[in-house]
Order: sequence, then structure tokens, then C-alpha cells
Amino acid sequence: MARIIVVTSGKGGVGKTTTSAAIAMGLAKRGHKTAVIDFDVGLRNLDLIMGCERRVVYDFVNVINGEATLNQALIRDKNCNQLYILPASQTRDKDALSQEGVGKILDELKKDFKYIVCDSPAGIEKGAHLAMYYADDAFIVTNPEVSSVRDSDRMLGILSSKSRRAEQNEEPIKEYLLLSRYSPDRVKLGEMLSVEDVQDILSLHLLGVIPESKSVLNASNSGMPVILDEKSDAGQAYADIVDRYLGEERPHRFIDEDKGFFRKLFGGK
Amino acid sequence: MSTNSKKTPNTSLALEFKSSNFSVPVLALSSDDLITIEEQLKEKASLAPDFFKNLPVVIDLQTANKLNCNIDIAALTAIIKNNGLLPIGIRGGNVQQNKQALDLLIPVYSVNNGTTAEEPQKQQAPAPTPETASRDTSTMLITQPIRSGQRIYATGDLIITAQVSSGAEIMAEGNIHVYNTLRGRASAGIQGNKDARIFCFDLQAELISVAGIYKVSEDIDASVRNKPVQIYLQNQALIIQDLLQHH
Repeated sequence: MARIIVVTSGKGGVGKTTTSAAIAMGLAKRGHKTAVIDFDVGLRNLDLIMGCERRVVYDFVNVINGEATLNQALIRDKNCNQLYILPASQTRDKDALSQEGVGKILDELKKDFKYIVCDSPAGIEKGAHLAMYYADDAFIVTNPEVSSVRDSDRMLGILSSKSRRAEQNEEPIKEYLLLSRYSPDRVKLGEMLSVEDVQDILSLHLLGVIPESKSVLNASNSGMPVILDEKSDAGQAYADIVDRYLGEERPHRFIDEDKGFFRKLFGGK
Repeated sequence: MSTNSKKTPNTSLALEFKSSNFSVPVLALSSDDLITIEEQLKEKASLAPDFFKNLPVVIDLQTANKLNCNIDIAALTAIIKNNGLLPIGIRGGNVQQNKQALDLLIPVYSVNNGTTAEEPQKQQAPAPTPETASRDTSTMLITQPIRSGQRIYATGDLIITAQVSSGAEIMAEGNIHVYNTLRGRASAGIQGNKDARIFCFDLQAELISVAGIYKVSEDIDASVRNKPVQIYLQNQALIIQDLLQHH
């Protein structure tokens, strides 16, 4: 049975697209046929992060409007043949999306793909609403600061009341917390909320902590999802997250200060 | 600017809003026959002219509207005024009557209490969660967290076993129990029930209110914060009591 994952946050700039690209690549690399959809119509970015911006012919809106077939619009990833990208339209806005149109495309994708990752735009308006409406699982990307946490909380409320599963009284969307841009040093200085603080406010299952890392920016600039950078801390954090999502046990890392992290890596006997 | 600065020094407030209760007679109507209404009103007023002189009344249209009597508010208030009474509000009116009343600068009250009707009617109760939909009891039970931006309205008591996030709003006509952290806004006795109480496991609320009397976070004493408390009304004052304190 295919699963639809929405990557959402409410707030902008917290790492939704980075996360969407990384987990889609992670799932595909583990052999699951995966599609990743950019719902940010008008402000598309996923194509850049995935490094396929020069191969976009048709987009999401073209498919909804029947101007192209799904197969014409899907772009196969250059690093992994199990991964396909459906880019957003840059010349339209969110009104070009319709609930029925999105539903039809997702139904079609479900026949062929194991995982469908929906990269939500920021905000709680139409684009974000449609990205989460059909979801089975939600990855809530949160930064360790109060405004991001509050926006995530708001988004969780919307997931539990306005999604298809909520409207049809089905089993609720499974919600997972991803704490991104985490810096243990700054938590110690009191400049950031700690993992415990965030969990206390959101009371949500923690899927993983992604450390603040230069490798994320490097990955974005080179159009390679950061998960492919296996040496980087952020890449490893995403790999752990994908494994945990698929039901494997992985101890949490990157929560303690650097020293602790290196001790675990090199002296963990 | 004050023209008489001696009487009102700028350090003191010139006005203050206070909450107070009045006992006001209600004129309940059960007919739209204005001639009969006037006759009967005259008869009553003649029994105790001093009592009825300038007597404020609230016009209750609930029964009349149930009987499909459509009373014209403008004509009715004119009759009431002619007989020496002062209409100061209506309740139980339909949309058109409420509008007519407001046009005449007569406030519209809700049927159940003394607050104006507008607000409770706008606060549309969100659809009950599945677990409560099947049971038609007056208590609503919620086991999922109430997130920022969500509003819950219970017609009776409201019991929540999960946390209430900041930015969420929970309202009940009866009592509110939160067996977890309360960070949002909680209003018990929202239709005016002064005996309603709020109980919570960990008080971090943005606002608490019982029967319209409220305290914002800033006014909540540090000694009762982050504690299990009950909140109730006593002599028009909101009392927050630490549940674990022996007394």
C-alpha cells in the first residue's frame, strides 16, 4: 500500500524542501519507488535542491489541467532510478491547484509508487492545505525556537481537523517531529530551545534531530540532496530518520554537544 | 484633554469598566396582537403606576416567535414607551427583529444569560470529535492534544486528557477539566454559569475565565503557575487555588 508523506511546518525557512529531498532520496536509495512533489506553486525550489532544474518540461499544474500526462511531467532523478520528481509551476499560483485535481494525481501515483513525498509550502493557506489533505504520515519540521514551534503546533491542529482522514473519521495522520538546524552548543547557552523543551510543548514522537550544518547549504548549492553526503552530520541524521521511519532502531544522535558526538563516533566502546 | 485638570489629575483614571449585575424585569410576549398587548400593558401599569414609571424592561420574544408571531419591534417599543416603561433590550428575537432593535439602539441579549447574544452565536461549536459524536451526553471528552488555533466548545462539561497548546481556545457551558498542561485559553460557564469551575493539572494558561470574569496570563500569580489548580468565582472574583495545598 502506498503511503503519502507530507513534509510541513507552517513557518517558512525551517528546512521543508531540504527534508523532502533528503527523505525522498533516502527512501528511494533503500529500494522503494518514491515520488516527490513540489506543492509550492509559484515559488518552486525542489527542482534546484534535487538538481533537476534544467530538465523541467511539464509541471504539476500542467498535469492537473490535463496539458500533460503524469509520465511526461515526472522527472527521473539522475542519482537514483527509483526516485521521481514532480516539479511545481513557477509561473502560476496556488489557485491553479484544486482538491480534486491533486487527489486524482495522487491516486494515479499510488498505483505505481511506494512512497509519495509532498513538499508543502509555508503558511496554512491553500497550497499547504492541499499538500497535507491526502497525507497518511506527516513530518513536522521545526526549528528550536518559539515561533517555529508555535507554527508547527498550529499545523498539527490543522492536520487533525482538516485533512481527509479527519474529515472522513479515518485513523488520524501519523505525526512525526523532525527538529532541524539544531545546535547543542547554542542550546547550552540558552539561545535555543532544547529537544526536551520542544517535545514538552508539542508532545510529539521525535523522529530525529538534524544538526545545523554547512553541508546542508553545500548540498543545496550543488543540487544534491544532503543525504547523499554520507560523511556529513546532516546527511547521517537524515539517513537515521529514514531508517527510523521504516521501523528500524537507531539511537538518537546530534542532541548532545560536539564532544559527546565525537565520543560516540570514535570512542563508543 | 481635560478642561478641569484639578478635578481629574492626569495620574488617575477618568473612567473604568466594571462588571456588575442588575435585576431587570423581562416582558415576555406570546402574541403579535399589538392592540391586545397595549390594553394588557395599560391594565398592569395602572395597578402600580409608581412601580412601572420609567421601569427598565427586557423584551422576551422567545415564546412569541415559537408561536410564529412576528412582532414589529419599532411598533412594540413605541407602545411600551407610551406606557411609561423603558425597553433596554430584547432577547429571543429573530435576525430581523435583532436588527430592528439595534437600529433603535436597543441591545440584543441572548436567551440564557445577560451577555449580548452576538458573541455566543458567532462562536460556532466545532464539530465534535469522533469519540464524542456517538455519545449524546452533556460531557465532552477529548483525548487528543488541542493545538494552537483550534477551538473547542462543549455544551456541558469538557474533559481533556491531553495538553491544550498556547493559541488554542477551549470553552464550556459547564466545567472544564484538563488533566494535562493548560497553555491556551479556557472559559468555563461561558453562558453565564457562575458555579462553573476550571480544573487543570498544570496552569500555564494565556487566559482563564468563568462566566465572563477573566484573568490574563500576566495577572496570574506566580505562586499558582505550573501547578495543579482549580479556578472558581467567589464574590465576583476569580479564585485560583492550588489543589495540592492543604487547608
